[in-house]
Amino acid sequence: MQLAVWTYEGPPHVGAMRVATAMNGLHYVLHAPQGDTYADLLFTMIERRGKRPPVTYTTFQARDLGKDTASLFQNAARDAFDRFLPQALLVGASCTAELIQDDPAGLAEALDLPCPVIPLELPSYQRKENWGAAETFYRLVRELTDRDLRPAPRDNRRPLVNLLGPCALGFRHRDDVAEIRNLLDRMGIDVNCVAPLDASPHDIRTLGRADFNIVLYPEIGAEAARWLDQALAQPAIRTVPIGVGATREFIEEVAALAGVDAGAALADHASRMPWWSRSVDSTYLTGKRVFIFGDATHAIAAARIAHEELGFEVCGLGCYNREFAREMRKAAALYDIEPLITDDHLLVEDAILNASPELVLGTQMERHIAKRFGIPCAVISSPVHVQDFPARHSPQMGFEGANVIFDTWVHPLVMGLEEHLLTMFRDDFEFSDEAGPSHLHAKARADANTRAEADPAAEQTGEAAIGVMEAPSGDPAPVWTAEAEKELKKIPFFVRGKARRNTEAFAIAQGRSEIDLATLYDAKAHYAR
Amino acid sequence: MSGENTLLAPESGCASAPLPEVLRERGQREVFCGLTGIIWLHRKMQDAFFLVVGSRTCAHLLQSAAGVMIFAEPRFATAIIEERDLAGMADCQDELDRIVERLLQRRPEIRTLFLVGSCPSEVIKLDLGKAAQRLDVKFSPATRILNYSGSGIETTFTEGEDACLTTLVPEMPAARAADRPNLLVVGALPDIVEDQFARLFAELGIGPVGYLPSRRLADLPPIGPQTRFLLAQPFLTETTRALEGRGARRLDALFPFGAEGTSDWLRAAADAFGVDRMHFNRVIAPGRERAKRAIAHRRDRLEGKRISFLPDSQLELPLARFLATELGMHPVEVGTPYLNRELNARELALLPAGTRLSEGQDVDLQLDRVRIDRPDLTVCGLGLANPLEAEGFSTKWAIELVFSPIHGFEQAGDLAELFARPLRRRDILRV
Repeated sequence: MQLAVWTYEGPPHVGAMRVATAMNGLHYVLHAPQGDTYADLLFTMIERRGKRPPVTYTTFQARDLGKDTASLFQNAARDAFDRFLPQALLVGASCTAELIQDDPAGLAEALDLPCPVIPLELPSYQRKENWGAAETFYRLVRELTDRDLRPAPRDNRRPLVNLLGPCALGFRHRDDVAEIRNLLDRMGIDVNCVAPLDASPHDIRTLGRADFNIVLYPEIGAEAARWLDQALAQPAIRTVPIGVGATREFIEEVAALAGVDAGAALADHASRMPWWSRSVDSTYLTGKRVFIFGDATHAIAAARIAHEELGFEVCGLGCYNREFAREMRKAAALYDIEPLITDDHLLVEDAILNASPELVLGTQMERHIAKRFGIPCAVISSPVHVQDFPARHSPQMGFEGANVIFDTWVHPLVMGLEEHLLTMFRDDFEFSDEAGPSHLHAKARADANTRAEADPAAEQTGEAAIGVMEAPSGDPAPVWTAEAEKELKKIPFFVRGKARRNTEAFAIAQGRSEIDLATLYDAKAHYAR
Repeated sequence: MSGENTLLAPESGCASAPLPEVLRERGQREVFCGLTGIIWLHRKMQDAFFLVVGSRTCAHLLQSAAGVMIFAEPRFATAIIEERDLAGMADCQDELDRIVERLLQRRPEIRTLFLVGSCPSEVIKLDLGKAAQRLDVKFSPATRILNYSGSGIETTFTEGEDACLTTLVPEMPAARAADRPNLLVVGALPDIVEDQFARLFAELGIGPVGYLPSRRLADLPPIGPQTRFLLAQPFLTETTRALEGRGARRLDALFPFGAEGTSDWLRAAADAFGVDRMHFNRVIAPGRERAKRAIAHRRDRLEGKRISFLPDSQLELPLARFLATELGMHPVEVGTPYLNRELNARELALLPAGTRLSEGQDVDLQLDRVRIDRPDLTVCGLGLANPLEAEGFSTKWAIELVFSPIHGFEQAGDLAELFARPLRRRDILRV
């Protein structure tokens, strides 16, 4: 058993629901107890869909167990077919139905419905939401795709591609698709099918007509793309175009595979991000310590942007989806850090405290962790709450996506001029660091400080989490002089814990029993990065 | 102003027909399971922790229902059953011991720990009762360990509270034979509402008054044959049975919604405790008048409007009665997940004749009826609200009625406003 308050991913059948809800003309009959319909509200509330997800639940109850859950399932499937007349039907079990061992596949087959029925095996006690979505999409593609369809001869026609992976409840999927469609159009490339988002089972049949596939979200689309590559010899582009550099690489790869000229697309000056990042006000972003956590695809893309395009220092990188651990390890090696691969939010919290970042990029959960510690934060990945399904166009992909990312990430930081003023007037009563950056609620920051100062236990836990590993046992802790203590308080609070720990470790190593101003600055010089 | 029971059902009422016909349906149910009760129960019971033993789905449900509350060190969590637990590679009972131990080390201030059963734990027949007994011995007296089921196969939404309170009944100390008769208010109420009622009972001279659940487990009120109890919530079937099993007697009353419901509810207690009628009227008059004034402000918006309830919490019946008798609304269909005729007898009698009652649900058929009925307002869950709005129906999402303070005189206006607001919004929007 695993103790959890919060989970980054839902169970795998929620992944299957995301695929079903993304599509048209598909229906999902889910063998599930009363109550599992809660998942509907993820779609109707968080994504604000105006339609019910195309899911029929058998909603069995205790009194049904051991007698007629199987016929309950068959009736539900038949009724769902009669009512919704889908082009194809998904059938499967949720976690509880998996335990009662009715066989949705066999039961549905016995009904002999006049549409393709695709059974889903989703092991709820091993796998999670993203895996469920990927598996469902892969099953659909394998079952429905017409294996005899091949691209028409090129002659003078425009190249044709499929976009694989966009889904319901996907972070910015709607706008990413618009952005990439636009980009491909400018390159003279047409889109055959976007799937699963807004595709129908009939559309899935025609995947083979495309010259190649573009996997926008490997978490959902990679498995299906791999099969299409094997079965239909359809190659796939796997570079995810998030960030200016990645978008340029993506353009080059797509152009090469499509046999078109990349020049026009690469010469796009709609991207303001490079200039914004070079303008002098951004100088202060240099070396800002950033901690990144999310799904592997978004986290890896974010790390590259942070490092290459904004000049941050990546001080932490990780993902919650174990399936992409290898990719994550490779990426983390680029920044010489140990990746954090976990779905335990408490470990993420510890890692954030340890890294003492100046900016956190993460999911809804990291937003809350960062808020608690008063660290600026921006959201880069699912799971996200309702505010991250915005009304306005806000892609992450392509050149416009890079613009969006620049604004989103830099906004929570103290901007250059503001930081300059803060430093200059550090001891000024209105500009003290206790007042905090103007965008954060000044009082909240002050409260956090007072709490830490007034409650030694609280400060200790915060700093113990950071310092506990290196503190040599037996040595008496060096004593801070009042003057040095006062100077320490002038250090921004989010790195103060680290400064305190480093200074103390330095003092112990040097055999100094007292920390005065000189020790503080000697230590600062010693640890200068 | 008189506090006499002058309430009559609009348009003659179903009172004459002793057993109104009920449409019973089964099929797909669009409802929450009993685990959801944890969200408000843990706010009420300040020294309790709720550990769900279930799957990732259960954890996901709790975090979806709890919204942002999850981040304020909540006093609930899920022990997620994994493959190795099912394959017998780990003994579930040992695993549970390990998790509970770790939990109580981290949160030593916890006085009551509820092991909450879920669909997976029920289906694999994980004996949480036995686990609770074993752990209770181990952690006694610092922490009591109790068990109930909030599974979807057994409980619907608010029935989770019923199951939880039922387990608390044996924990209540026995009243001594010499003790004065005491009053028990049953059902978790927001603190502010509980305090209002406490003040009214004090003014009426009724006491001692205890509450189930109490804010702290140590304060559970005594119970015995001299105990009279009032249900503050209609979904407490099992709790009622357990309380009666310990000799307590239920006071029959309307549920305390609106000016009339609250008056009737208080009057039941006053009558049982021999409070002089003049005194009673004098004490409740100010609150009753304030409630009526507050309700009147919403009346122009709601009077004559037709309303349908989809099943959710069992609050549907009393709320439909309130809207019909005090705001002049016309209930079209009142759906409830479970209808306890005895507890709702007085509510049923006041529903207007012709109100369609339904118990259970086949959601597709019920939505077909909504589309035919075309009510002005539909009360439903969040999974249905936006889709119905997109079809042009005004909706009020039901879960808010469970999370908001709506009982008693001072909340009567707010309760009416919850129903008036979606209609007002529809009128003012020009997009």
